[in-house]
Amino acid sequence: METSQQHDGPGREPASRRDFLRAAGLAGVTLTVGSVLSGCAEGVTQPAGLVARAATVSGNNITLDFSQDVDVLNYAYALEQLEAAFYVTVVANAAFTSAFPANEQRMLRDIRDHEVVHRDFLKAALGPAAIPGLTPNFSSITFSSRASVLNTAQTFEDLGVSAYNGAAKYLKRNDYLTVAGKIVSVEARHAAAIRGTLNGNRTGSFAPNAFDPANSPTTVLMAAQPFIVQSISATNV
Amino acid sequence: MDSQLPILRALEASDPEVAGRISTQVVSRRSALKAGAGASASLGMALRIGSAPVALAAFASEAFGQTRLPAVVVNVLNYALVLEELESRFYIAGVAAGVVPAADLTIFTTIRDHEIAHVAFLRNALGAQARPSPMFDFTAKGAYADVFSNYNTFKAVSQALEDTGVRAYKGQAPALRPYKDILTAALTIHSVEARHAAEIRRLRGNFEDTEPFFEGWITEAQTDVPGAAGNYAGEDNTVHAGVDATTLSYTPAVTRKEVTEAFDEPLTQSQVIALITPFFA
Repeated sequence: METSQQHDGPGREPASRRDFLRAAGLAGVTLTVGSVLSGCAEGVTQPAGLVARAATVSGNNITLDFSQDVDVLNYAYALEQLEAAFYVTVVANAAFTSAFPANEQRMLRDIRDHEVVHRDFLKAALGPAAIPGLTPNFSSITFSSRASVLNTAQTFEDLGVSAYNGAAKYLKRNDYLTVAGKIVSVEARHAAAIRGTLNGNRTGSFAPNAFDPANSPTTVLMAAQPFIVQSISATNV
Repeated sequence: MDSQLPILRALEASDPEVAGRISTQVVSRRSALKAGAGASASLGMALRIGSAPVALAAFASEAFGQTRLPAVVVNVLNYALVLEELESRFYIAGVAAGVVPAADLTIFTTIRDHEIAHVAFLRNALGAQARPSPMFDFTAKGAYADVFSNYNTFKAVSQALEDTGVRAYKGQAPALRPYKDILTAALTIHSVEARHAAEIRRLRGNFEDTEPFFEGWITEAQTDVPGAAGNYAGEDNTVHAGVDATTLSYTPAVTRKEVTEAFDEPLTQSQVIALITPFFA
């Protein structure tokens, strides 16, 4: 079972992890694994050609093999887990309705929902090939602070866009490439909305360059690593 | 960020196939860089734009040789070029006509300049195989007769063009998949078009983020842009890579509306050409 691969050794946990998990509903990550898997059993069609997990999972170390399409999707799944957990925590924070005006609450709730859809969709598409649920470390984020939340959101959304842009070339299957394309443009829409909200809607912040970055998995994972308890690395990149 | 990488490191991350072609042409990568930077207008252009993937794509066209660009690449890049010419000339004309109020000018000059950069990139990549720009009728044969005098019309047409541009690039990803550097370059444009679309959608709702029309994302297949139903047709699809995303159980719970917002949908070349044909003079 996936849950046995989560490593909750006390030495690895951020001090506030238990509170975080409660707030984020991430105690439910393990439950989600079960529920999505049973969802599959109820008739979700598995894409043809998926193999058993390609990723190497050893202790808290996860190595993604980018020569395998399933691990390119696992890379996306890891990033979507991070984003979903972040926005779930944002919206669940007691200060959410006081820290953000109504329009920004609407926006952040929608983005949370989209990231939850991306996360759980990828998990279902991956089926038994999915990596374990990840444990976030958000100790550097002040969830009651609008500036802290929006700055982190901007980082995550721009990182997500650059990650999909940079990973697409590893995919061998057209249907997976199309799925990645369907998701990355929504991440770009998020990035634009967050950037405008943070830096000024009537500025050029929504799209700082004519060409978005396409970052390598190694670069992206280095940037994401401080927010994830497990260690994730990439091979064959 | 990778976009600030020195060109040397960018090339080291290049598609091995292209790197191989480069290495057959010059003795070393370093001298390739030196020769390329000195002699190549397209690489220089790409460097000024400042994106590593773009530099790679420009270099790729040189590595392939412009007369040896694969036919599918020529086809897709010329298709993209028509869309980018339409967009860039639309914004150039709109801004010049004064339809955009001063408070919003930065938004539209930013978008305009991006589209101009996209056109320049595509023309450089295609070289002599770039098709000349069509002549455009931005009223779409009178459907948007006041597009350059009525700001609401201008914004609505802008939104439709951007959302359609996103769908158009997305639809070409499989065709470009064997040409990894070109694919990557196209995707770095694709996501910028999505940023443009989100900004214009939100602007049209005065940044109040009200659904279903004025959020940055597309709800179901809904639009309030007159005559643009076809541009949004199919955006309510929920089946992706064989998985119907509405059949999953989400934690926390999510409605169908958000499921459709979470995925943008591709369009084929023929679908897009049919949609933009009214804009050809």
